[in-house]
Amino acid sequence: MNILVFTESAEGKIKKTSLEAVAFAHAMGGNVSAIAIGQVEQAELENLGKYGATRVLHAADEKLNQGVIQAYAAVLAKAFQDEQADVLVLADSSLGTPVGARVAAKLDASLASNVVQLPDTSSGFVVKRSIYTGKAFANVSLTKSKKVIGIKKNAAEVKEVGSPASVTAFQASLSAADFSTTITSSEKATGEVLLPEANIVVSGGRGMKGPEHWGAIEELAKTLGAATGCSKPVSDMGWRPHHEHVGQTGVKVAPQLYIAIGISGAIQHLAGVNSSKCIVVINKDADAPFFKAADYGIVGDAFDILPKLNEAIKAAR
Amino acid sequence: MKILVCISHVPDTTSKINFTDNNTKFDTNGVQFIIGPYDDYALARAVELKEASGATITVLNVGLADTEPTIRKALAIGADDAIRVNAEPTDSFFVASQIAAQAKGGGYDLILMGRESIDYNSGAVHGIVGEMLGIPSVSPVMKLEIEGVKAKLAREIEGGKEYLEVSLPFVAGCQEPIAEWKIPNMRGIMSARTKPLKVVEPVATDSGVRLEKFELPPAKGAVKMIAADNVVELVTLLKNEAKVL
Ligand SMILES: Cc1cc2nc3c(=O)[nH]c(=O)nc-3n(C[C@H](O)[C@H](O)[C@H](O)COP(=O)(O)OP(=O)(O)OC[C@H]3O[C@@H](n4cnc5c(N)ncnc54)[C@H](O)[C@@H]3O)c2cc1C
Ligand SMILES: Cc1cc2nc3c(=O)[nH]c(=O)nc-3n(C[C@H](O)[C@H](O)[C@H](O)COP(=O)(O)OP(=O)(O)OC[C@H]3O[C@@H](n4cnc5c(N)ncnc54)[C@H](O)[C@@H]3O)c2cc1C
Repeated sequence: MNILVFTESAEGKIKKTSLEAVAFAHAMGGNVSAIAIGQVEQAELENLGKYGATRVLHAADEKLNQGVIQAYAAVLAKAFQDEQADVLVLADSSLGTPVGARVAAKLDASLASNVVQLPDTSSGFVVKRSIYTGKAFANVSLTKSKKVIGIKKNAAEVKEVGSPASVTAFQASLSAADFSTTITSSEKATGEVLLPEANIVVSGGRGMKGPEHWGAIEELAKTLGAATGCSKPVSDMGWRPHHEHVGQTGVKVAPQLYIAIGISGAIQHLAGVNSSKCIVVINKDADAPFFKAADYGIVGDAFDILPKLNEAIKAAR
Repeated sequence: MKILVCISHVPDTTSKINFTDNNTKFDTNGVQFIIGPYDDYALARAVELKEASGATITVLNVGLADTEPTIRKALAIGADDAIRVNAEPTDSFFVASQIAAQAKGGGYDLILMGRESIDYNSGAVHGIVGEMLGIPSVSPVMKLEIEGVKAKLAREIEGGKEYLEVSLPFVAGCQEPIAEWKIPNMRGIMSARTKPLKVVEPVATDSGVRLEKFELPPAKGAVKMIAADNVVELVTLLKNEAKVL
């Protein structure tokens, strides 16, 4: 089986979720080629070998420095053919998922996103994917000879399994139509842990009373090396930026630890956090529904507990 | 301007998910169906564009006759007419093929849908439709302004947003805060009853995906409560028991 992995990067570094995609492909067995698109540091590319890629391709055309969905899909479809790949693996993301869909359509491939574990190839090719926003799973057979799979965070564990690989330049044949959307600018939080990729998330709800009280959440996040999140009303009211909104209609997170402070635990919020390994809930109402979904809970006033928790964690680390 | 809005008919966000027939069928017992929340944003933005500068809005759903109340709701919110492709929406490729078949030759300037369905969460239909029609697809779109033959968009990316320009026609997968959800008013509900709803038969496709079985996640263990004056214990448990610190 030949597997091509699309590795996404940010600020020249391969994303952690893409390393998981390489690890996933390696664990599937077979020949793994990884492709990176746009500006990426040379050492980062070579290191893909360590995580299981035997070949590393780099499409470095400067027009590709920005993630234009159609152009990336064109590059990946060509690489898929050139590498005679059977499967394309990518990490689901705001870029990976829509790109994967176009590639699948170009190649006439079977498509599955939100895949949570290695395919079962004992008879056919069956993947387990998360559905109903994490409330259930579907095992589906991918029946076409070509396949595109998007994996969810934590679908594979990143391990060093090899040595750095040499990097081959990849010549994409791009047409003007591939660039019919133009990215004019972007705004991005820098130096912060990104919410969808974070291992720890500290999240605040309406119980925090106002944006002026977010200092305590940010302090705790800083101590933990965590990303900050919030409930929908909090971003609707403009207390926090929209990209921090967690839940059914926002970001779906899958951290090791999710700490929810002053969030009631509405079912739509829970839909975004149910893939977390461990959930801690701090709420002054003992009947808050979130406690039913939690591993650990404290009933109490957030303004009282947050600073104490911050100190206790500092002391323990 | 002609806008096509694609809506899914999905279980309400508060639904309990269960399966029947040896875990091969979704249990619709007691489940209320709604317009997909993201699709509802797409529809709301279409209605805003229509109110601002005139447009006709066609809503499209791939589904069996039981989706008609959901389609009528979209008509009540402000769509002008509707198409129902009479088939069970078995997967993204099948749904996208039906949408592309209806859109072809329809002269739509804009094809709006949700960033993802809330049943299968694929986030794929917009990309596949774009590819099938040979036009751009952008998702997840959180802002959409039309300026003549062009549109200015904002797309959410991890930790921020990206601003784009694209020429019409194109496909957009929408999410908040592109518009505010609209609640149909009495006049809308009355007029929806007589708006045209055309039922068409599906085109044949080979989607390449076959359901084997559904599964529910294992039940969650009981919560361990810790006294508010004992946060140190919480930290110890997170470290030694849960092993997440
Ligand atoms: C279609 C749809 C989609 C939705 N999508 C989402 C989504 O993606 N994400 C989302 O979050 N919501 C979503 N919602 C909204 C959701 O239903 C809830 O309204 C929302 O999650 C509530 O936010 P909250 O918990 O911050 O506020 P509230 O429900 O008001 O809860 C505040 C909590 O803070 C506690 N509290 C108050 N003061 C303190 C204090 N001093 N210390 C400790 N605790 C305190 C209260 O006891 C209460 O439990 C959606 C709704 C719909 C209908
Ligand atoms: C009875 C039943 C059986 C099903 N069986 C299967 C199955 O066996 N395998 C499987 O993969 N899925 C199955 N589904 C799931 C269902 O078909 C999905 O709704 C479909 O796959 C599209 O979801 P998606 O996640 O792929 O769409 P996404 O790509 O996440 O959707 C993006 C957008 O496309 C639009 N859209 C999605 N669906 C429709 C639609 N039906 N009509 C118009 N616009 C739409 C919406 O605007 C949506 O926001 C079943 C659903 C039902 C009701």
